[in-house]
Amino acid sequence: MHPAKPNRLPATLLRHAILIALAILMSYPLLWMISSSFKPEHVIFSEPGLLPDPFTLTNYIAGWTKLGLPFAAFMLNSVIICVLCILGNLFSCTLAAYAFARLEFPFSKAAFAIMLLTIMLPFHVTVLPQYIMFQKLGAVNTIIPLVLPKFFAVDAFFVFLLVQFIRGIPRDLDQAAEIDGTNKYQTFWYIIFPLCRPALVIVAIFTFLWTWNDFFGQLIYLTQTQNYTASLALNLFIDATSGESAWGMLFAMSVVTLTPIFVLFVLFQRQLADGIATTGLKG
Amino acid sequence: MPQTAETAVPHARPAAALRPAPRGRKRDTVPALVMLTPWLLGVTLLTALPMVASLVLSFTNYDLLSLPRFIGTANYQRLLSDPRYIQSLEVTTTYVLVSVPLSVTVALLIAVSLSSTSRSANLYRGIYYLPSLLGGSVAIGVLWRQLFGGQGLLNSVLGLFGVAGTSWIGDPRYSLGTLIILHIWQFGAPMVIFLAGARQIPKETIEASIIDGANPVQRFFRLTLPLLSPLILFNLVMQTITAFQAFVPAYVVSDGSGGPIDSTLFYTLYLYIEGFRNFHMGYAMAMAWVLLVIIAVFTALAFWSSRFWVHYEN
Repeated sequence: MHPAKPNRLPATLLRHAILIALAILMSYPLLWMISSSFKPEHVIFSEPGLLPDPFTLTNYIAGWTKLGLPFAAFMLNSVIICVLCILGNLFSCTLAAYAFARLEFPFSKAAFAIMLLTIMLPFHVTVLPQYIMFQKLGAVNTIIPLVLPKFFAVDAFFVFLLVQFIRGIPRDLDQAAEIDGTNKYQTFWYIIFPLCRPALVIVAIFTFLWTWNDFFGQLIYLTQTQNYTASLALNLFIDATSGESAWGMLFAMSVVTLTPIFVLFVLFQRQLADGIATTGLKG
Repeated sequence: MPQTAETAVPHARPAAALRPAPRGRKRDTVPALVMLTPWLLGVTLLTALPMVASLVLSFTNYDLLSLPRFIGTANYQRLLSDPRYIQSLEVTTTYVLVSVPLSVTVALLIAVSLSSTSRSANLYRGIYYLPSLLGGSVAIGVLWRQLFGGQGLLNSVLGLFGVAGTSWIGDPRYSLGTLIILHIWQFGAPMVIFLAGARQIPKETIEASIIDGANPVQRFFRLTLPLLSPLILFNLVMQTITAFQAFVPAYVVSDGSGGPIDSTLFYTLYLYIEGFRNFHMGYAMAMAWVLLVIIAVFTALAFWSSRFWVHYEN
């Protein structure tokens, strides 16, 4: 025991030195991108420093309207899709999760197993026929193919997350309510749903994140510029600025599209980390 | 399992006595059916039906405009002789086999060293975790194009040391490497899972091992690693599944081409090009089904091998 104590300080210092170095190495590119978005174009290449000197807003002003439409239009398109997806997931996943966690019905185990399997299913197996289906229905170039599936609990991750959460709620609460004469629907709506709030916050945050960052789905379904989301607009921006040196503008608009995620991260850091830890969601 | 036991065993509580006499085994079939309706519709119309459709159409020639034409196993045979497909398979497999073990290892090491620094751990955790929230976005693809470009940040830093860099993105020898770095940059997601697991290791267990004279290295290999092995399996499987489906970074870095000379032609990128640019729907669906089989095989292998290295407590 005795020699262990004096040895601990250098080891702790070394560990912190490594952790800090890694933190700097990882966040430097991000900070540099934010800083460079406030630098004049000609300084970006020559300047690996973090302080924008001279400081300019030109990149933001020029980038905002570069695509013809103000960038706010694309941000709004993304927000609309995100809000509808969140509503869809909250509605459909909680209903399914309550049934799986609390109700007794035939083939419940088989249905639950199928639900778990769909978590692992690569979406490429379904995306092509879905595209054909939505194309035949004339829904391509609308947000319907991106939003509608969320109202049918296709994000099985969240069903599983909510099932786990509901299983943790004491059954006495349901039973007490049912003795007072509530039926299953009322038990769900008045007892379980309100108690699920922490899990619902996690579902909402991750739905937002994944929808905001989504690219594949938006790329295949939205083909007209006025319907473009922030991701698609930024991708278009790369093409629109190819040939000229426009990293400043590109960085400025990248920072704009990342801002909602930064805000979310600052506000919900705890829920994000705990959510991923308790359910093992991907980031 | 515990949940079924709970419902089967009647509670010996006063409340239970007040309930109406149970008519056999009470079932909730009607409310369950009502509440499962959205999921049932989704799983049949948006998952099962499309899966069957893509399997059937993978044996056809289909361009969306004319009717699908049955061509037997021609699509699958073509996969074997399509040099771009073989290339995409090689690129993706390399990407998965290098980046997944590396990112899981980094995540594990960092989580273990964070688990013993309780005060500052949350700050570090936040900084390490943020990239995994951003990593899949187009914006980070833009950043990566610049970072590893000819006139990028990496080269201007190397220039300070008198080293002349190349365009890492533009050189087929290094381009895939930049995407592997991008994957490892996002080690925060598995790290958070390991961290939660490491914190559940009972303090008494750790203290007992210290008293027994175990040094930190022994503690890591004999105690922490076995106790975290179920989470290692979990992270390896989840990371493998997502890495096989990686799309955005390769698309953004290569302008949707998979270049230079197909060095970043990810599987799903080639699937996108064939399905949605060339409208070879049948061929793309064959690719999707092969991807499903590949992922299933990898997952099954991981679970099968787990009996040799994953430690389950009884």
